[in-house]
Amino acid sequence: MTQSVTTPPSSSKRRSNWQLLMANRLAAAGLFIFGFILVVAILAPLLPMPDPNMTDQPNRLLPPLSQGHLLGTDHLGRDILSRLIWGTQISLIVGVSATALAALFGSLIGLVAGYARGVADSVLMRFVDMLMAFPYILLAIAIVAALGPGLLNALYAIALVNIPFFARNIRGVTVSIRNREFVDAARLSGKGHVAILFTEVLPNVLPVVVITMSTTVGWMILETAGLSFLGLGAQPPTADLGSMLGQARAQLFTAPHASIIPGLMIFALVMSINLLGDGIRDVLDPRLRSGALDRPLSVTRIERKNTPAASLADAPVLVVEHLSTGFANGGAVTPAVRDVSFRLGKGECLGIIGESGSGKSVTALSLMGLVASPPGVITGGAVYIGGQDVLALRQQELIALRGARVTYVFQDPLTTLHPLFPVATQIAEAVMAHNHVGKREAHQRALELMETVGIRDAAERASAYPHELSGGQRQRIGIAMALANDPDIIIADEPTTALDVTVQARILELLQNLRRERGLALLLITHDFGVVAQVCDRVAVMKDGQIVEQGDTASILRDPQHDYTRRLIACVPELGEGHAFLDRVRPLFEETRP
Amino acid sequence: MSQPAVDMQNLVKTFGGGRNLFGRAASEVHAVRGISLTLERGETLGIVGESGSGKSTLARMLVGLEHPTAGSMAIEGKPWSELAASGTRAFGRAIQYVFQDPVASLNPRKTIGDILDVPLRLLCGYDRDHRARRKQELVDAVQMPLDTLERYPHEFSGGQAQRIAIARALAAEARILVLDEPVSALDVSVQAQVLLLLQQLRDELGLSYLFISHDLAVVESISDRVAVMYLGEVVETGPAAQLFAAPQHDYTRALIASAPRLTVSDSPL
Repeated sequence: MTQSVTTPPSSSKRRSNWQLLMANRLAAAGLFIFGFILVVAILAPLLPMPDPNMTDQPNRLLPPLSQGHLLGTDHLGRDILSRLIWGTQISLIVGVSATALAALFGSLIGLVAGYARGVADSVLMRFVDMLMAFPYILLAIAIVAALGPGLLNALYAIALVNIPFFARNIRGVTVSIRNREFVDAARLSGKGHVAILFTEVLPNVLPVVVITMSTTVGWMILETAGLSFLGLGAQPPTADLGSMLGQARAQLFTAPHASIIPGLMIFALVMSINLLGDGIRDVLDPRLRSGALDRPLSVTRIERKNTPAASLADAPVLVVEHLSTGFANGGAVTPAVRDVSFRLGKGECLGIIGESGSGKSVTALSLMGLVASPPGVITGGAVYIGGQDVLALRQQELIALRGARVTYVFQDPLTTLHPLFPVATQIAEAVMAHNHVGKREAHQRALELMETVGIRDAAERASAYPHELSGGQRQRIGIAMALANDPDIIIADEPTTALDVTVQARILELLQNLRRERGLALLLITHDFGVVAQVCDRVAVMKDGQIVEQGDTASILRDPQHDYTRRLIACVPELGEGHAFLDRVRPLFEETRP
Repeated sequence: MSQPAVDMQNLVKTFGGGRNLFGRAASEVHAVRGISLTLERGETLGIVGESGSGKSTLARMLVGLEHPTAGSMAIEGKPWSELAASGTRAFGRAIQYVFQDPVASLNPRKTIGDILDVPLRLLCGYDRDHRARRKQELVDAVQMPLDTLERYPHEFSGGQAQRIAIARALAAEARILVLDEPVSALDVSVQAQVLLLLQQLRDELGLSYLFISHDLAVVESISDRVAVMYLGEVVETGPAAQLFAAPQHDYTRALIASAPRLTVSDSPL
């Protein structure tokens, strides 16, 4: 719910696939080189060239730029340019067909195994494992040896040894898609298994097949060349890049051009295809697509147009003045948080409440420059912590504040805790990040923190991994990590949304106690008025990136001033209200509907 | 006397168990332990419980996505085993399911028109013209604009996607709907609108609902009767108003006590 806020809204300005591909210079270069090679290879029969197989012994091993032979001749006097172009054509045909065959059978195996699971999965995957157990160029050689040398047999061999690659990839994707709800929904709509596999699952797997193909074509061409080089692929007199290289090997010192030229061609072909394939993968991968293709910066880009002067008369712990954050989208910046101001005193709890997309999470992340950038950018305002404008700090100083004076507690601790380390180690790490203490001391401190947050038998639970704990206990660990360095401010972003109500009540109680005992300032981001009513002293209501109303919790709940607040509160069903609730809210929506 | 819409007797579902490759017994999870419930026609039965209480497993058994380990179940008088033998389509015609996450329950690569077409074609067997007409009616019934049919799931918000998912469930012309946390992923104002829509559809079409949720207030607002589940068992059943006003079981009391309320407590914080 809150994650959706951080992705920029889609708009027509989003760059198309083609533009994204062209923006990647290496991929664009790959595309143009490969396109050129492809066109020349296709046009081979139309080009005015000598017969690639016509021998001319008197003119053997002519150097490049000779009369009538632009790239010279080989040991039988055949024109190298002509053989190169025809050979490229054959290598391309074999490489692409092998990829297509491997993709077809590999994807089929992967789809069936991933969808059927159980016995079919085991049998198919063990077959695939068997293929993978051999070093695969050896397996290809063995297959060709069994079938007899020849281009077609080399093609079969290469396709076969590449099946596991596709099967494994596709199976993984299919397993994850098969468990999606729309597959169950299709079954309930009356579709059979075969129909589901090919009309529901396959369209979602197809991008992965395309990506895998684009990254393997180059590899397949290289293998074809390898087999031909060994004399197992193309048979004389057929030209093929590998066999050209193989035959010219004997004259490597007397006539290096005969082997260097096909070698360069293989290099150019494979390199351009791989660059293009990587580019295609980056474009089709939705995760890479949403933002730019770069790594996020360690601090959100700050481009403040206005920096309000501090009015720190009573200097509470946190003062936010006219903060604005947006997401860069092409040239423009789409605002997500607009001109937000609030204050938070020591030991106080401020709730920020709003529906999804209201900008409450972006506000919370902006305070410490944690909005992913690109595309995030802080466009204005100031954040004062203890009277200091943190957005004006140098990067290193801002990073040092995180986890020390200001800490975060997130919605789902299962995703924020590292799955491979015991929980106490992770708390100890948080301690050591800001204090120069030894490992043992940090561990001791971690145990104390675990007791503080109400984990019984802390010493025993210390070595537990996150998945061994219940949701409530995991959230307690998340809070312990937040407490590790005695922070002044805890920013809790929907800390109880993923928890059951009985557990939620206990976690809220814990936060209350910590606040009271340690004088912590708590900024609570939530969508739930019930939570606000229970915990917060004051509340700010957000809508479309702006705070529409803020004030004392009790008075806002009792007498909301803004229409939006009034409407939000009215939509919360109260226990004990029963069917009266629906009768009560009906008029709210009838007047708005045209 | 008409038969109840759904009648469950001593329903049990155990996951795992059996033996692995080396003959060792795998651990068992008792998701549902002996549940007996009835859903009358035209009634809304609310099921509340926390995560792990087995409420979703129960729902998935009802629509034939899981096989019960033991016990019996009849849907509109037809035994479960008879329906299971005649395939998923027999289930689809009698009972439909609305998922918790509306966006995940719609295939991202199909238009809404394609998605709604499937149950109309496979479960109702309508011809092309009839299907086109029904699709328009369905979209209208869930109060969505007509151009919805040409658009893709990602173009809709959570609340709109849930309306579309409800339309798909209605398309099968089943008389029973299993709603598995249908409003939990939605904002409060959207949640209220979807609840209103569900109530209106039930009254107009004479549907029976099995409404699953962890939110007591939401369940209370739409249900006639409520069953409280805890660790795979039903600990308490009763008319909604009565059950929440005078809970009998300790667990129900704990649930009600933990529910967040809008009224600010007087105790000093």
